[in-house]
Amino acid sequence: MIFLRTALLFCLSILFVSNANCQITNPVNGVADIRNTVYAFTNAIIVKDAQTTLSNATLLIKNEKIIAVGSNVTIPVDAVITDCKGKFIYPSFIDIYSDYGINIPTRVTGNFNFFAQAQLTSNTKGAFGWNQAIKSEVNGATLFNLDETKAKSLRDNGFGIVLTHQKDGIARGTGTVVDLSDRKENLAMIKEKAASFYSFNKGTSTQSYPGSMMGSIALLRQSFLDGQWYKNKPVEEGTNLSLQAWNNNMQLPLIFEANDKWNDLRADRIGDEFGMQFIIKAGQNEYQRIAEMKATKASYILPLNFPVAIDVEDNNDVRFVSLADLKQWEMAPSNPATFEKAGINFCLTMADLKDSKQFLPNLRKALQYGLTEKAAMDALTKNPAQLINIYNEAGSIETGKLANFIITNGPVFAEKTMILQNWIQGEKNIVKDDVSVMTKGKYNISISSPTGNKNFMLEVKDNAAADLINIDTVSTKYSNDGKSVKLNFTENKKAKRGYRLSGINNGKQWNGTGTDSIGIAVIWTANFVSDLVAKTDSIKKEKPVSMGMLTFPNMAYGFKEMPKAENIIIKNATVFTSEAEGILNNTDVLVENGKIIAIGKNLNAGNAKIIDGTGKFLTAGIIDEHSHIATTSINEGGQSVTSEVRIGDNLDPDDVDIYRQLGGGVTTSHILHGSANTIGGQTQLIKHRWGVNDTALKFKGADPFIKFALGENVKRTPAQNNNRFPDSRMGVEQVQVDAFTRAKDYENALKGANAKTVRRDLELDALVEIMNKKRFITCHSYVASEIIEMMRVAERFGFTVNTFTHILEGYKVADKMKLHGANASTFSDWWAYKMEVQDAIGYNAAIMTKVGLNVAINSDDAEMARRLNQEAAKTIMYGGLTEEQAFNMVTINPAKMLHIDKQTGSIKKGKDADLVLWSDNPLSVYAKAEKTLVDGIVYYDIEKDVAMRKEIFAERTRLIQKLLEEKKDGGSTTPAKPSMRTINECETMERKHGLLEIENND
Amino acid sequence: MKKYLIIIFASSVSFIVKAQDNISPAKPYTGITIIKNATVHTGTGSVLNNTSIQINNGKIEKIGTDIFTVNADAKIIDATGMQVYPGFIMSNTTIGLREIANQVKGSNDFAELGELNPNVRSIVAYNTDSKITNTLRSNGILFASVAPGGSLIAGTSSVVQFDAWNWEDAVYNKDNAIHFYMPSLMVRPNRFGDMPVGDPLKISRDKIEMVKQFFRQAKAYNAAVQTGATNLKLAAVKGLFTRQQKLFIHCDIVKEMLTAIDFVKEFGFDVTLVGASESWQIAPLLKQNNIAVILGQNHTLPTTTDDDIDQPFKTPAALQKAGVLFAITDEDETTTGRNLMFNAGSAAAYGLTKEEALQTITLNAAKILGIADKSGSIEAGKDANIIISTGDALDMRTNNIVHAFIQGRAINLDDKHKQLYKKYMDKYGVK
Repeated sequence: MIFLRTALLFCLSILFVSNANCQITNPVNGVADIRNTVYAFTNAIIVKDAQTTLSNATLLIKNEKIIAVGSNVTIPVDAVITDCKGKFIYPSFIDIYSDYGINIPTRVTGNFNFFAQAQLTSNTKGAFGWNQAIKSEVNGATLFNLDETKAKSLRDNGFGIVLTHQKDGIARGTGTVVDLSDRKENLAMIKEKAASFYSFNKGTSTQSYPGSMMGSIALLRQSFLDGQWYKNKPVEEGTNLSLQAWNNNMQLPLIFEANDKWNDLRADRIGDEFGMQFIIKAGQNEYQRIAEMKATKASYILPLNFPVAIDVEDNNDVRFVSLADLKQWEMAPSNPATFEKAGINFCLTMADLKDSKQFLPNLRKALQYGLTEKAAMDALTKNPAQLINIYNEAGSIETGKLANFIITNGPVFAEKTMILQNWIQGEKNIVKDDVSVMTKGKYNISISSPTGNKNFMLEVKDNAAADLINIDTVSTKYSNDGKSVKLNFTENKKAKRGYRLSGINNGKQWNGTGTDSIGIAVIWTANFVSDLVAKTDSIKKEKPVSMGMLTFPNMAYGFKEMPKAENIIIKNATVFTSEAEGILNNTDVLVENGKIIAIGKNLNAGNAKIIDGTGKFLTAGIIDEHSHIATTSINEGGQSVTSEVRIGDNLDPDDVDIYRQLGGGVTTSHILHGSANTIGGQTQLIKHRWGVNDTALKFKGADPFIKFALGENVKRTPAQNNNRFPDSRMGVEQVQVDAFTRAKDYENALKGANAKTVRRDLELDALVEIMNKKRFITCHSYVASEIIEMMRVAERFGFTVNTFTHILEGYKVADKMKLHGANASTFSDWWAYKMEVQDAIGYNAAIMTKVGLNVAINSDDAEMARRLNQEAAKTIMYGGLTEEQAFNMVTINPAKMLHIDKQTGSIKKGKDADLVLWSDNPLSVYAKAEKTLVDGIVYYDIEKDVAMRKEIFAERTRLIQKLLEEKKDGGSTTPAKPSMRTINECETMERKHGLLEIENND
Repeated sequence: MKKYLIIIFASSVSFIVKAQDNISPAKPYTGITIIKNATVHTGTGSVLNNTSIQINNGKIEKIGTDIFTVNADAKIIDATGMQVYPGFIMSNTTIGLREIANQVKGSNDFAELGELNPNVRSIVAYNTDSKITNTLRSNGILFASVAPGGSLIAGTSSVVQFDAWNWEDAVYNKDNAIHFYMPSLMVRPNRFGDMPVGDPLKISRDKIEMVKQFFRQAKAYNAAVQTGATNLKLAAVKGLFTRQQKLFIHCDIVKEMLTAIDFVKEFGFDVTLVGASESWQIAPLLKQNNIAVILGQNHTLPTTTDDDIDQPFKTPAALQKAGVLFAITDEDETTTGRNLMFNAGSAAAYGLTKEEALQTITLNAAKILGIADKSGSIEAGKDANIIISTGDALDMRTNNIVHAFIQGRAINLDDKHKQLYKKYMDKYGVK
């Protein structure tokens, strides 16, 4: 019978839930049960928003809305009153970067494989766009399904509303605003489309393109253009639901998942180009470049997944953890505070946290690191609400807004505070049973037995601990689950037997039955007397937070203070001018304001700092015509023609090879796209300004170049069953001819009557620039046949191949190259590593020079680049060039082929002070660069380098010690993970770069 | 059709590799050669000025300032102002086993299937007609220890000289070492930064234990008088126990090197570490255990971002300081080892003396490869393995090898590159 009754109750409760939680159109099964209850929360401390706190105030809600809030609120007679004395009420939190209730489709393919077949078209079925990663047509609202478990974990952290979307693809479609109640989706959904989402990550797309950061950027830029073009409904495109959605989504706030300081800037630049402002989902490292973050004018969404302490107990393991990673552990929690100090608008998100229980502890950590509680509150309520235009409904406690609030037993961010209830649209959700809080206090217990009455004072500490205050303080056996109470105690410490009581908790009064020490039945009551004297509980500020210094970049060899331009005179050096003057002995070179202003003997130093060059050699800074350092990606191999991608879009100024190469005298590098495809990407010339940001790294005012490639790599020789055209050198020619033919037609169309309807094509734009001699080719090439072929195609389309790079059989066709007008940039002595270099010879550079070509020696290799002076010297060994000729191979010759010989590449009055002071003849294996200047700034100094090594050691030691203490204090740790480095190179043939390399070639 | 094409492709490759070579090994010469008035870098650490060397019947007979022509038939080389060195030795390489390193499988013979292959011998696949060898001779490199690659016990290397008609002629020290490629003891994240699932360390340790177990069995096997079935693998490592062969352990990080020391302690092997990029950290310990080192090329990047930017260049100095016997090799696949002497030169720029640097590619290498009794230095009684350069041969600015002798034979210093150079200089009519 009892069982039946329970079952019946259970059924009823289900019915009840389903009626109340469904939309109005839902037919009622049974009797309508609309209540319209008014709830009053009285005597509370109400934090309406970060700026306004009311004490002893009342909050009045009805159905899903707040109907009044304030100190003088009249409580309606029909209100259900909750006394919130000692409690705090806050607006519930809002997370606008969530995937709550929306799953990501599973990726179809297995392991990542460079050499797998290409997937050249989208696998998405339907009238959608050409690229599988552009999923603008996805709407979070149609994918959203209530997820009770996840809703609870969000509610437990104080959240009431999230903006959720499908975290998949480069354009991810729209997100929907939902509350975190357990009600049916119809009621939970507050705003169907509240924002549209973007990223650089193609997610589950299996399509080959884009296969790189710069490819993702190009795809986004092209999509913006395509969207604009599609507005005129071009017939030739038919219906493209992705582009249609793309355009519609532009009306919404745009949220970009960037996750890293440099990515943040990349995203913002795309927005700037098309007049849009992204809200940026950031990562953990923005504090390192906060000025740049501020300059974007973007609002940010900050995650709180701070790195877990690294287990450093094994010194051999920790050796492979970089200072950058150690510093990141220490400094990442300062990220939110740094945004606040910089005055940047930001919100906080639970995204990226592996364990949702870490959210509040990590938030407290951010507070310890200087984030103010006000800013944290804004970042969780008002800011996100404003960003997605729902502040009129949520984000603060205001009359008329949704009744979304949390009740806590203390200041919400304090360590011991508990969130007790989380009300969502007027519906109560219990987070923490408030038993322990409700029972805490002093109680008067009166026990009546046949022998008389006795009174005791009981101090209840929580729901499992209480002391009896009598002649002495006796600890009791006590438990209280909010309903039933058990209490066993003796009257004093010495007594062996005592009372055993059990009863019911009715709130402030409990009563029940029991036995006394001799087993006689008693009845008892307990009455609440007073609160315990509470200890003040504030945010823990145990140890003052101390951090190491931020350096630029924030890693080994970073500068505490960026070096500045100085007026410098190098006196009495042997000067390799790389000019007609040749090599000058006992000569001074004067540098002012970043320029070389005088060369001569016994120059007047003026106020310039004197560097004694006696016995030393001064040269122009080395220029590497072919490099792949300082980038996030170098190959967009998804297609055979990718002239739309730009190396400059994904520079990585934190690449230590910038610094190492300064140590080898390199001041300028031409960062090329790789050789994965016939027409590769646009290149980027950089100066080795170590410590600056990605924009400042660029060589200003240089002509733009583009990488082309021929031969084995572009026909994907190592691939399994290549299916990407071309598969032979015959096909390579056709790819080129086809591309330039299309570009020619495109250019004509743009000049024609219907120019406005022509689809702007970033790929063809770059090719048009080439034909108009506004962009110049550097072409990866090996064998004679392909070199001639490339020149003939160029001639057919009216331009010159500016540079052939690698060009290991250039010596066979040097006369033809000279006639064509090409430059040559080659290796000193590479050969035999693949079929197409079987006839490569060390004498190549010398022969081409003797035939009259302008020849450079390049590296294509992060290691060799720092010994380019030695590589140049090999042209003496292989072919007998003079020392001047040899050194010009890495200075003025590459400057000429890069069209920067007016600015750099030699020691000449008026040129940039890009200079290297060497300990010995710079062509010798024994020479070391002692000082390397870029724009007159000493970026590398062999003496300062020694000091930096000591600092690196000291900083590592300090951090390791700190981590050891963290572990000793019981903090959780993660195993030491080697800090791997990606080494980019365009050749599939690897040179060894050490144990921590991840090679990134084809 | 595709398969057919591949076969044609492959056979045309071998055609290119084998044909057209007109650079013949030198004829045997038993007479006298005198190198006069040279600066002699002996390889033992000293430099002798205005010194002459007399070679007789392939051996160095005399070295001194008082050598005069006695025999009218003697070949006289006036080396006034020139630098004379012992022929350079490549301590570890796949030259002769690997012609086109990448993508042309038919030209490669450097790795075998299986994990316990001590019986696999590099010498039988060594191709004396490799085009690469000649380009190395042109730079002064005359000897190499040619080693198989692979996993765990990959096989047995031999030392060859670079002027031979076939591998039997080329042998200079047959089966000098057995090569053990230690499995990695570093747990590395994948390219997306995720640590591997499972316990890769345990897999590595189990493999190492398997190798040790193999040696334990081999010890027992080789100690007994064999009556049962012959085991080629167990028999192949006998020389390790008699210390007639060395165990070359290829490894890099400290944990691996410490594990390598086990093989000295448990089995009493004569152990050399190959690669050993992190050896600077435990140099004194290596010295204590009499472990020699063959450093991989030092023209490489530092292991970690935090390392001194010149760490690889100065690693030799750390080993020298600790008294470790070590050589430098050059396994660079894009230049096929032709920069061996410049790797040594870099070591001289970063802490070694020039003569110490020279030893890393001459006498030290000879000691490690077991040929120091007949090569590696210019000393009376040794084979006349000598090169003559017009300038400092460890510096690319001045390296210019004009004569080279292997066992007293004056070898042809022509190579494919020089031939193509001449061919195209003729075409263009330039000088």
